[in-house]
Amino acid sequence: MLDRTIIAILISAVAFVTVYAITPSLITVLTKRKMVVKDYNKEVITMVARPGGPSILAGILASELILYAFFPSTDILAIMITTSLAFLVGFADDRKVLGGWFKPLALAASALPIILLGAYHPHLAFPLFGSVKIPELYLGLIVFIIPVMGNTINSIDVLNGVASGFMTIASFALTICLVILHNYDIALASLPLGFVSLAFYKYHKIPSKIFPGDSGALTLGAMYGALSIVGHVEIIAAIALLPAVINSFLFLSSVKRIIEHRQIKANPVVHTEDFKLMASTDKSAPVTLVRLILANGPLTEKQVGFVIFKLALFSAALAIITSFMMEIRI
Amino acid sequence: MKGTQIFFYIFVMWVLIIAGGGLVVSIIAHISIQGFGKLDNLIDSIVKAGIALILVVIWILIMSKIKNWIFHKQISY
Repeated sequence: MLDRTIIAILISAVAFVTVYAITPSLITVLTKRKMVVKDYNKEVITMVARPGGPSILAGILASELILYAFFPSTDILAIMITTSLAFLVGFADDRKVLGGWFKPLALAASALPIILLGAYHPHLAFPLFGSVKIPELYLGLIVFIIPVMGNTINSIDVLNGVASGFMTIASFALTICLVILHNYDIALASLPLGFVSLAFYKYHKIPSKIFPGDSGALTLGAMYGALSIVGHVEIIAAIALLPAVINSFLFLSSVKRIIEHRQIKANPVVHTEDFKLMASTDKSAPVTLVRLILANGPLTEKQVGFVIFKLALFSAALAIITSFMMEIRI
Repeated sequence: MKGTQIFFYIFVMWVLIIAGGGLVVSIIAHISIQGFGKLDNLIDSIVKAGIALILVVIWILIMSKIKNWIFHKQISY
């Protein structure tokens, strides 16, 4: 146990420090190469470096490799390979816009290492009622979870600091749930995700100096999905992600097809004269989480971000309650 | 509090996930198809997948109805 505690501190520090130290250099390089995008929610024209995925992946790989050196396991290997493949898909999308269906399919392929390395248990565990064995069906679930989790995090990356802040809350909640369920090895493997997100939040928070881009958001989402499969906490992980799930659900149920956010013709959010965010009254604009939050009146970008964080904390609490309920049978 | 309805919607989603999980376990876990020889596992999985998909579709429909009910003011732009 002492060994695990020391390694937990070590990998957490490596994950945090790597991202914290690398990101400023990445911002400089991206800015010099003119890899910047406009921040549309700022009154003054502001260009922000993108993508931050490389520093996020560096933090994850540096810490997970150290963990692998101490505790070699196919689970950690599967997490690292799946996360890296998702990063490549996102990075390709950052450099050249990929088609609406290509990205989910490529992300589904990123899940294959989990299957090939056998880093899963073909049981789906539910609170109160026990688990159900679904050997063949579970394989389909694996290739479904990675693209869904990746795109869910990507879809909530709409305001300064939201994706990284939301991921920090959700991944630390997942670590707590894994500890409650006595799955200490995967709890250890999940720590870098929280610390990488937290370090990146330092530069992503309002006013953003860097955006994670598709490479960053998909890396975070895919690693979260891989942890949920390998750690056998699929339902709990989905609960901790409910605000982002709602965002995707509202979006899909209003546009009624899979499209990229950049393809939306009518923006769900517009600006007031003092540059607060306001819900669009355009009927053709999709319904999103931010649009619902703004339904009661205009708010600043920072205020909307904090409402999303409160929702994330609420979902994190429900996920933790659910993990306690896993031990109860009715 | 800002977004009170969204907190409520998340709570309803959570309850439905737990209830849906109960349905999945009580229906799917007890299904065991035999009599098709080597195809037993395959047919068993197809039947379970079909039931799971139906349950997911029902879940999405319920969530959609509840969404319209909770957010009827907000989404009637």
